[in-house]
Amino acid sequence: MPDTPNSDDKPRPAPSPRPPAAAGADRPVRRPVPKKPAEMPCEPWEGTLPSALQERFGDRLSRAVLLGGQKLLVADIAAAFEVLSCLKQEHGFDYLVDVTAVHWPDKPEQFEIVWTLYSFSANERVRLKAGLAEGDLAPSVTALYSSANWLEREVYDMFGIEFKDHPDLRRILMPDEWEGFPLRKEYGIVQQDSDWVRENLKIESAQ
Amino acid sequence: MAETTLAPPEVQAETLLDSNELVLNMGPQHPSTHGVLRVILKLDGETVLGTDCVIGYLHRGVEKIAENRTFQQFAPYVDRMDYVAAVSNGLGYCMAVEKLLDVEVPPRAQAVRVILTELNRIASHLLWLGTHALDIGAITPVFLCFREREEVLKIFENYCGARLTTHAFRIGGLQYETYDTFEKECLDFCDLMEQKLKEYHDLLTGNRIWVRRTKGVGILNAADCKDYGVTGPLIRAAGVEWDLRKAQPYCGYENYDFDIPTAKTGDTFDRYMVRMEEMVQSCRIIRQAVDALPEGPIKGKVGKVIKPPPGEAYVSIEAPKGELGYYIVSDGSLNPYRVRVRPPSFVNLGALDKMCRGSLVADVVAIIGTIDIVLGEVDR
Amino acid sequence: MEQLLANPYVPPLILTAVIILVFPLIAGYIVLAERKVLADLQVRLGPMRVGPYGVLQPLADALKLMLKEDVIPSQSDKWIFWLAPVLSTFTALSAFAVLPLSDRFFVADVNIGILFILAMSSIGALGLILGGWSANSKYSLMGSLRAAAQMVSYEVPLGFATVTAIMCAGTLSMQGVIASQLERGVWGAFDNYGLMLIPTVLFIIAGTAETNRAPFDLPEAESELVAGFHTEYSGFRWALFFLAEYAAIVVISSLCVTLFFGGWLRPFPNVAALEMPLNTAFPAALFALIALGCSKGVFRQALVGFRLVMAALTGLFLLVAAAFALPAANELMIGLFWFGFKLAVMVYMFIWYRGTFPRFRYDQLMDVGWKWLIPISMFGLILNGVVQLFARG
Repeated sequence: MPDTPNSDDKPRPAPSPRPPAAAGADRPVRRPVPKKPAEMPCEPWEGTLPSALQERFGDRLSRAVLLGGQKLLVADIAAAFEVLSCLKQEHGFDYLVDVTAVHWPDKPEQFEIVWTLYSFSANERVRLKAGLAEGDLAPSVTALYSSANWLEREVYDMFGIEFKDHPDLRRILMPDEWEGFPLRKEYGIVQQDSDWVRENLKIESAQ
Repeated sequence: MAETTLAPPEVQAETLLDSNELVLNMGPQHPSTHGVLRVILKLDGETVLGTDCVIGYLHRGVEKIAENRTFQQFAPYVDRMDYVAAVSNGLGYCMAVEKLLDVEVPPRAQAVRVILTELNRIASHLLWLGTHALDIGAITPVFLCFREREEVLKIFENYCGARLTTHAFRIGGLQYETYDTFEKECLDFCDLMEQKLKEYHDLLTGNRIWVRRTKGVGILNAADCKDYGVTGPLIRAAGVEWDLRKAQPYCGYENYDFDIPTAKTGDTFDRYMVRMEEMVQSCRIIRQAVDALPEGPIKGKVGKVIKPPPGEAYVSIEAPKGELGYYIVSDGSLNPYRVRVRPPSFVNLGALDKMCRGSLVADVVAIIGTIDIVLGEVDR
Repeated sequence: MEQLLANPYVPPLILTAVIILVFPLIAGYIVLAERKVLADLQVRLGPMRVGPYGVLQPLADALKLMLKEDVIPSQSDKWIFWLAPVLSTFTALSAFAVLPLSDRFFVADVNIGILFILAMSSIGALGLILGGWSANSKYSLMGSLRAAAQMVSYEVPLGFATVTAIMCAGTLSMQGVIASQLERGVWGAFDNYGLMLIPTVLFIIAGTAETNRAPFDLPEAESELVAGFHTEYSGFRWALFFLAEYAAIVVISSLCVTLFFGGWLRPFPNVAALEMPLNTAFPAALFALIALGCSKGVFRQALVGFRLVMAALTGLFLLVAAAFALPAANELMIGLFWFGFKLAVMVYMFIWYRGTFPRFRYDQLMDVGWKWLIPISMFGLILNGVVQLFARG
C-alpha cells in the first residue's frame, strides 16, 4: 500500500517527489503515456478561515491545504468535534454533506474519518479528515448535524468504527447480526457471514 | 374497578402507552414503499407517533465492488444505484475520476452530457410524478408519465443502445458520437414535454383532492433541510435557492440560461410544483444545448490505462434527487482505493421521521413518494 | 305453462334464480368494462389476450379465482372470516329483490322497498368490518375501522338525499317512485324547479362513498393498506367480496336511477311524439352500431376462433337490434333497456371517477362527510320541503 502524503495526519515538509507509482511498473507500456504528476497538485490553503482555525487549534489542526483545488483540513481525532463545531457555528458550514471513512490497514491509525462540509452562505466546501486507531471511538456529530445520524451508522456498519454519543448506533445496511465489516480491506470481496446466510436465507451460500 | 391494585407508576405509564400504540410494519413488500423500503410505524389510531426505517434489502456492496474493479470497469456499476437516473450517476462518477486525472473534457462532449443528463432528469421526474400520484390514489398519471418517459428512453436507446442502465459516458468524455437525428429528436421531445406538462397540471394541479392531499403534508423547512442534509427539490421547495448547477457549475452549465424553481413552505405540494417546473427548465437547457452544440472531439486526452495519481477528490453534481457526490481515493494503482458515494436518496430518507411525525398513515405514503427515493441508491 | 306463470310466486322465483346465476357474469363484465374504460383513459388497451379484444377475460378470471388455493390465516377467527364475504354478498344480492328492472321485471314491489335497500347496504358494510377484523392483520383491521367510520358518516347524507326524493315522490315503493315521476312528467332530479338536483348530486357522492369506490376507497386503499379489509382474503372468498362490491355499485346506481332519473321510463315519458325515435329507433340503432363494431373485429382478428366469437357477437347484437324493431319484443324489453342504459351511464361515471381522482385522506373524508355533505343534505331537504309545500299546496 503506497503511503500517500495526503492521508497522513502528521505535518511534514513539502511532499518529496516520487517516481511514478510502482504498482503498474511491471506492465509494459507500449506508447509513451503523457507524463502525469505523481501526486495531485497540493498547495497551502491561504485565507482567513485556515489561519483562524490554525490559530485556534494550533498543533491539533495539522494541515490546511488545497488538494487538487479542494479545501482539505487534517485534524487530530480528539479535536475533530471541536473543529466541526467551530466550522458550523463560527464559519457557517451548516450542511454536513457526508461522513465516511477510509481503511488503511498498514498505518498505525488504521482509519481515516472524512467529513465533507458545505456552507450555503459562502458556497464553499471543506473536507476534514482525522486518523483513528482500531478500537478507538470516533466523536459523533449528531448533536451538530442531524444528517450525521444515518451517515455515522453507515460508517459503523461498514467499518466497525464506533461513534461516541451516537443516539442510535445500529447497523443500517447489513443485517443486525451480521459478522464482519465489509468495507475493511481484509474483508474479501466474496466473503460472507455463512452462519447468518445459512440460518436466515436457508441456503448454503449466497455467492 | 377503582380499588384494584395499581401497578407501580412507571409500569402503569408504559402499559397505558402501549395500549394506545399500534406498531405497523410497512414493507419491504408493500405497494408504495417504492421497492424494498421497510418502515416500522408506531401509530395511535391513524396518527403516526414515530417511524423507523429498515433499509439494506437491496445492498449489493457497490463501494466494495469498486475497490476490486478498475476505474473503467466500475463505471457501469454506478448506473445500478439510482437506476431511474443512471445517466446522472455516470456523469458524477466520470467527473470524479476526471478530477483525479485532471483531464479536460472537450466542449462537445460536455454539451452532449448536459443534454443527456437533463433528459434523464425529466425521465426521473416523470417516474416520480407517476408513482407519487399513484401513491395518493390517482391511477391515471402514471401511464401518461410513462408514455412521455418512453420518448426519453428511445433517445437513450438510439444513442447508446441501452434504455435504463445506459453507461452513456466514459471517463474523459464520450464513447459514441451522436446519431443523425439526435438534435431533432431532443427538440421534438422538448416540444412534446411542454405540451404534456399542461395535461399533468390539468389532471393534478387543479384537482382539489390532490391539493388537499399534498398541501401542508410533510413540511420540512429550510433550517431542517440543512440540518438533515436534505438537498435537491426538497430544499428548493423549502425556499432555499440552491442548485449545484448554479452554485458550483460543472459541465458548462454556466453557459445556459435557466432558473431555479423554488417555493416557500416546503410541503409536498411545493415539492410537486418545484419538480414540475424543473422539467420545464430542463427543456430550456436542452434546447439551448442542442442549439449551441459545438463541433469537435468527444473525448479528452485519456490513456487506455486509467491510473490516476495518488490522491483524492470529492465531486458532486445535481442529480434529479439532490446532491450526488463521489469521493474517490486513489493510491496510484489501477483500482480505486476507495469509492464513496454520497447518495441523495439515502440522506433525504433520513428526514422521513421528522416529516412523518404527527401525520396520518396516508401521509406517510405521500411523504415517501415526495422524497423521491430509489432504493437501489439508498441501499447501494 | 300459462297457469304456472300466473301463480304469484313463480315469476319472482324465476327472476331471483336468474339474478343469482347471471349477476356474477354481469359483475365480471362490469369488471371488464371497468378495465377497458380505465385503459382507454390511460392510453393503453386493457385485456386483449383472452378472446378477441379480451371479451372472454371475465370467464378466465372466474375460473382462476375458483381454482385458487383457499388460504385462511392461522391466527384468524375462522368462523367470522368465513362469514364475512358471505354476509357481504348475501346482503348485496338481496337488495336486488326490490329493484324495478322494468315495468314487468321485478322480484317484489314492497311498500318499503327503499328502506330495504338502505338496510341491506348497511348490513353489507358489516361484512367488510367483520372480514377486516377477523383476519387478525393490522392492515385489515385499519381497513375495517375505516369502513365502519365511512359507513356511519356517509349513510347520513345518503339517507337525507333519499328522504328528499321520497318526500318528492310521496311513496317508499320503488315502482311507486317511478309512477310518481311519470305522473308528474319530470325526472326526480329536476323536480321542484330543479332544486332536487341538490339531493341528486349528494346522493351520487355519498353513494360513491357508500360503495367504497374511488375517491372514497379508503377501506381498501391499495397504496396505503395494501388491500385494506380484504388483504388476507384470496381465491373464491376474495371473489365474493369483489362480487359484493360490484353488486353494491349496481344497487346504489339502480337506486339513484330509480329515485332521480326515472327508472325504466324513457326520457320525456309524456311526450308521445318521442315514442318511436326513443323507444324503437334509438335502441335498434344502438345495438346495430355495436354489431357493426363487432363485425369489424371479424375481419381484424387473426385466429379463426376469435373470428367466430366476434361473428357470434355480431349476430347476437344484430338479433337484439332486430328484436327492438319488433313491436311485441320491444314492449317486453324497452323498460329493461332504459333501466340498463341509465345504469350503464351511472357505472361508467363510477369508473370515470376512479380514473380521475386521487384518494381522500381519512380525516378529509370525515371532513367532507360531516362538514359539507350532511349540512347541505339537510338544507336540501328543508328547501325542497318548503318549495313543495307552497308549490303543490
